[in-house]
Amino acid sequence: MLVWSRPWRIAAWALAVPLFLIVYGLPVGVIILASFSGQWNDILPSNLTLVHYAKAFRTDSYDALRASLLTGVIASAAALVCGTWAALALRALDRLPKRILDLFFFIPSAVPSVSVGLALLVAFSQPPFLLNGTAMIVLIAHFILISAFTYGNVTAGLARIPADCEQVAESLGARPFYRLRRVTLPLLLPYLVAAFSLSFALSMGELGATVMIYPPDWVTLPVKIFALSDRGAIFDAATLATILGVATLVVLLGLSRLSTKAMTR
Amino acid sequence: MAEAAVAVAPAPRLNLNGLWVAPPLLVLAVLFFYPLGLIVRASLGEEAPSLQTFEQVLRSSQFLDGLYHTIVIAISATAGCIVLGFVLSLVIAFVPFPGAKMAGRLIDTVIALPTFLVTLAFTFIYGSAGLLNETLMHVFSLNLPPVDFLYSQWGVILAETTVYTPFIMRPLLATFATFDQAQIEVASSLGARPLRIVRQILLPASLPALVAGGSLCLLLTVNEFGIVLFIGAKDVITLPLLIYSKAIQEFDYTTACVIAVVNVVLSLGLYSLYRLAIAHFGGRRAGLV
Repeated sequence: MLVWSRPWRIAAWALAVPLFLIVYGLPVGVIILASFSGQWNDILPSNLTLVHYAKAFRTDSYDALRASLLTGVIASAAALVCGTWAALALRALDRLPKRILDLFFFIPSAVPSVSVGLALLVAFSQPPFLLNGTAMIVLIAHFILISAFTYGNVTAGLARIPADCEQVAESLGARPFYRLRRVTLPLLLPYLVAAFSLSFALSMGELGATVMIYPPDWVTLPVKIFALSDRGAIFDAATLATILGVATLVVLLGLSRLSTKAMTR
Repeated sequence: MAEAAVAVAPAPRLNLNGLWVAPPLLVLAVLFFYPLGLIVRASLGEEAPSLQTFEQVLRSSQFLDGLYHTIVIAISATAGCIVLGFVLSLVIAFVPFPGAKMAGRLIDTVIALPTFLVTLAFTFIYGSAGLLNETLMHVFSLNLPPVDFLYSQWGVILAETTVYTPFIMRPLLATFATFDQAQIEVASSLGARPLRIVRQILLPASLPALVAGGSLCLLLTVNEFGIVLFIGAKDVITLPLLIYSKAIQEFDYTTACVIAVVNVVLSLGLYSLYRLAIAHFGGRRAGLV
């Protein structure tokens, strides 16, 4: 306890709690409110309606929701496989090559997403890889942008699992693949789930690279939200933003519950 | 322990084990380093490599303007994040209030949400027909919206500060959680006032977290795209936005590639700074990277 006297403590709260609410509570509140409002010409919306939600699940907004969910799941799964593979393989290396390759796998997180988008656009619009205009290029962009985060999460998890479990398994004669399947991966499971949920959330909100490369039939939610708000349809944009936020949080919460379950088992 | 086990293993097996890293490395090479190499090549002109386009672009007022805005916005937003993050973390950690835990969890979710949501929310709060302006116009019976900063550099800075403050708070709260509370109690029983405790005990203790979080913020704010795009102010152009408008709106790929190369070099530099800061101060990684 830093502040002992009661009046001062109350003063500190009186400063911090409203600050917190204005900075984080208010933005979330207005987006949700806007998603339900029919008209908002005064301080508060004059009437509430569900029409934006009805629209969101019927028109091409629904396609955007589907595209985003599919992109998130596929790209995160691919990044999880690749990141876990890299993290496991890197354990067997010597110190110096390990540090260099570790940096390699982290670099995608340090490169601006718009530049990644431009690079993919340039690279995959010419032979030998012609992918421009396909959903595949969006998947690749998301995979690249989240791969460093999954790799980082799995590496951090690997450092934390007890090494003796694996050594005991080895000394009992477990072959490497059996050891991986029955000892290492189960121990790693909570971190894998955490890595997946983080990458899914990042993919759901990705805008910079996607906006450079998306084909007309694979518009993700963030791109759609931008298109709507650019057109002035801010209530529809707010509705999709609410759906995006809720979908992300539901997946995050569900997976984090799964991961604590796996941790305590 | 794992390294020790490998070191004991005979040499031929070690080599084979090293080969396992090849598949993910190959994926990364084809999907990331090859495209990155191509934009470097494209930035050197279409025929024989030359630095001519490079020079032209780097001298153009558009580029210099973009670079200036990028740096000013990144530094101001990072400074804002550090101040706001420090104050909020102090209160959450040391003047705990009911719901402080919830607040901490909320911070974690803010990190996972897309950045442009805040800009969208700001339109409803600080926009010309937003909550704040409508209220002020009602209360003081004004005809014109009095608050008009959203569609300027300040709007971008405020939005980025909001979005990236959690990246400061996460390592700070982790530091404060392992902080020995007895130090504060001893200091205050010796008569030190809260402000002095903050200045002489808590600030030095949180320096590693602040440096790590701050340099991550700098990296993220330099590369921020969604917020700037959503605010869409004509005179606030940053490097990522310039790349987007050159490539997508003007189809000028060579110029876009030159700016992209500069942007990549800038952020790789900032990333090295971040890694150095962590290595030097021994701070924890500020969450994601």
